[in-house]
Parts: sequence; structure tokens; C-alpha cells
Amino acid sequence: MQLTNRKKVIEQKPMTFAERIYFPAIVKGLRITLRHFFKKIPTIKYPEEIRPYSKNFRGQHSLKRDEEGRERCTACGLCALSCPAEAITMTAAERKKGEEHLYREEKYASVYEINMLRCIFCGLCEEACPKEAIYLDGPHVTADYLRKDFIYGKDKLVEPTFDITKLKS
Amino acid sequence: MEWSFVIEKLILVFIIFVVTLLIAMYSTLAERKIAGFMQDRYGPDRAGLFGILQPLCDGGKFFFKEEIIPAGAHKALFILGPTIAIITACISSAVIPWGQELQIGDRTISLQVADVNVGILYMFGVIALGVYGIMLGGWASNNKFSLMGAIRAASQSISYEIAMGLSIIALLMVTQSLSLKEIVAQQSGFVNWNIWAQPLGFIIFMVCAFAECNRVPFDLPECETELVGGYHTEYSSMKLGLYMFSEYINMFVSSALMASLYFGGYNFPFMNDLGLSANMITILGVVVFFIKILLFIFFFMWVRWTLPRFRYDQLMNLGWKMLIPLAIANIVLTGVFTLIKDTYFS
Repeated sequence: MQLTNRKKVIEQKPMTFAERIYFPAIVKGLRITLRHFFKKIPTIKYPEEIRPYSKNFRGQHSLKRDEEGRERCTACGLCALSCPAEAITMTAAERKKGEEHLYREEKYASVYEINMLRCIFCGLCEEACPKEAIYLDGPHVTADYLRKDFIYGKDKLVEPTFDITKLKS
Repeated sequence: MEWSFVIEKLILVFIIFVVTLLIAMYSTLAERKIAGFMQDRYGPDRAGLFGILQPLCDGGKFFFKEEIIPAGAHKALFILGPTIAIITACISSAVIPWGQELQIGDRTISLQVADVNVGILYMFGVIALGVYGIMLGGWASNNKFSLMGAIRAASQSISYEIAMGLSIIALLMVTQSLSLKEIVAQQSGFVNWNIWAQPLGFIIFMVCAFAECNRVPFDLPECETELVGGYHTEYSSMKLGLYMFSEYINMFVSSALMASLYFGGYNFPFMNDLGLSANMITILGVVVFFIKILLFIFFFMWVRWTLPRFRYDQLMNLGWKMLIPLAIANIVLTGVFTLIKDTYFS
């Protein structure tokens, strides 16, 4: 017995003459493919063309420097603490005399590593940082062959120094 | 026979051979490009500009692949298969008139390799031979799938050759000639094209041509989804390449045949009213002929990327129960019309 009216019995009708000679259907199909032939192709040819990133795209992390080119990070560990994927590890060190031009505060991270295989690019480290030292403003993390190569150290994360005086000239 | 005649023909044969191979080569690229465009993507476009070098890369790859002959295969026939396929594909273009006569100095050069007065019969004979390549190859492979493909190819081409022949008979009743040169020459201008006299015959002929070339929707001999690769499952390297090549050459030749039987060959509208010199008309005619051929090749590919494959029983039903009766009806109709025309309008 039928409880709902949703069941629909589809009966197979014998094909009509127009269907049996196939031609109307074939012409219809040919028209569809021809329309697609002249359609604009949505493919983006990757290496030559790059899809524009959205403004708030979260890509690879970068450790920022201040206006004098010193590392902002003070190795407080809040980013590591906030990280839900536990991707960040760091070792803190004390700034020595004569290193004032390298690190902004007395403490800095001698080792700072992010495991890009663990990272979920949620951006919580960025939010947690009190020193505005870490941002996820880079491009995609690229593919690699070995797991160990996905652990990015300071060599890949710290943004390169640039001399602002040179920029002006 | 004078020497200059032989040399002239040899040059013509060479040119046609090269052009055929070139077109077959670039058909492979065109096929993939057209498939791409019809599926909203670019085809291959990495090798050279727009992928122009793609066929060369594919050809080179074919040569460097390992050549495998299965242990259980009949070695001689296994090699003979693709050889027959490619040879029959290449020699079938001999009777096609590529253009009118070319006048160089006081020599008249006919742009047809051989003006056989039973050109159409020659054509049919060669096309019928073509299936032996597939059959031998499929049987010699000692593989179930290959054998299935080969059997399908054989029965398919036998079924469709009948309808094809019958549709040609109706055409011959109109043209009163078996020579392709004669048939094309009759269709001068635009209103004399045989398509206007034989629309039904053309449709039957075209459907059969699709079947004879093993193209979709009749590609049952090689249907990848059911039979792995059909008759060429066991083939590798350039032997596979030859099979593919012969398929494209067959497509080219049957396009040329359709263009010359029904669409006036090298004839184009107003060809005699433009006041051009005879040589100019000939050259333009060749160009027009090739445009027609390329349009047909495009049509072959267009259909390929539109229609799914027929089931085997549907294929046989269509061949025996639809096309053959239609072709016979077409012959009768043609006869009646010719009779009416001859008695009342002559």
C-alpha cells in the first residue's frame, strides 16, 4: 500500500517514430556540443596565469620585522599555545650585547619551526601574537618530497630584510 | 608510355601521400583540440604554439616504445595486420580527383592519380579489404578481447557495406557513370551537386561511412570501455600507431569520397562566371575541395564528441532493419523520379 504520494511509477513507453530514427535527438545533441565549442573556456592556464588570491587568504606564515629591520618575535609562545594543530615549536634565547640591531626585545626565538603538514591555516597564531610578529600572508605552501622538508624553520619564515633608504633612492 | 608521364604521376602520388599523412597527423591533434573545446577546456597546448608540435611528440613516442609481440600470437599475421590496414588506407585515395587539369606550358596535368573508369568499384574493393587488417590483427593477437573486436569489426563492416553499396546504386542511377572523375565533372556549379538529387542517399552513405571508419557512434571494434582496446589491445609501439594512423587516413579518404560524390568535389558556386584563368580555377578548386574535406573531418569529430556508442544489437538493427530498407526505397524512388523526369520534362 502506498503511504505517501511520493512514489512515481515510470512506465517504459515504446519509442515513437521520431525517437526511433534518432535524427531529431542527434541534431539536438550536435547543437549542444557546438554551443560548447564556442563557449569561453573557464580554465586558468596555471603557470602563466595565476588565479588572484582573495584579500584575506591565509597562506604561508611569515615572521615580521619592525621598521628598523629587527625581528619582532619575542618567543612568548602564545602562538604555539593557541595553535590547535600544535604545529609551532620554538626555543627562546636571550639577546646578547651587540645584537640590538637584530632583535627588538631582550628575548627572541633562536629556533622557530612550523610543521606545514600539521598547520591547518586557521590564523589563530596571527590573532594570538601580541607583537604583530606572525602573519599568514604568503602564497601557497608548495609541494615537496620529504616530510622533513615541510618543517619550515626561520630561514624560510622570517621575511627578508630590506633597506628602506635604498627603496627611497 | 612516356617518361614524363610517369614522373608526373610519381610526383603527384608523393604529394598526395605527404598531404594524407600530414592531415592524418594533424587530425589526431584536431580530435583532441575539438574534444577539449566541446568539453569547455583547452586541448593539448603545451608542445609548441597551440600544441602544434603535439603530433610530432606522439609520433616520436610511438617509435621509442617497446615493441611487444605476445608469446601466443601468430607472429606473421600479427605484423601483417597493421600493414594491411595502413596500405589499404593509403591506396584508396588513388582514384579521387583532387582537381581539374593543370596547364603548365603545353602539358596538361590531371590532378588525379588514376582515372579508373570503375573508380567507385575500386574504392569499395579497397575499403572492403581494409577490414582484413583489423580482422587479422585481432585474431593473431590470441586475446579474447582482440578477437571480439575483430569479429565485431568484420560483421559491422559487412552489414554496413550493403547499405552503402545500395545508396551508391541510387547515385549511379543519377550520374550514369562509375568513374569518379566523370561524376565530379557532372556536378559543376552549385545546383548540380548530387546532394540535391540524393539527400536520403547521402544520409545513408554518411552513416555507413561512419560505420566503415569505425568511428563513434559505431566504434564497437575498439570500444575501450568493454573490450579494453578491441582489436589493438595487444599492439604497442608503432604498430599501434599504424592502426591509429590508418583510422585517420580512412576518415580523410571517406571525407574526400563524400565530398566528391555528393558535394561536388572541387566544384564551387560561380566557378565559371568569375572570369578566372583555367589554372586559377583549378587551384581554387583544390583549395575548395580540401575545405570541404576538412569540414567533413570536423563533422566526424563533432559527432564523436556528441553521441554515445550504440549497443551491438542496436547497431545490427539499424544496419539491417533501417538502413538497407531505406536504401532500397531510395533506389525505387530515384527510379520513379528519373522515369517521370524523362517522360514528362525532357
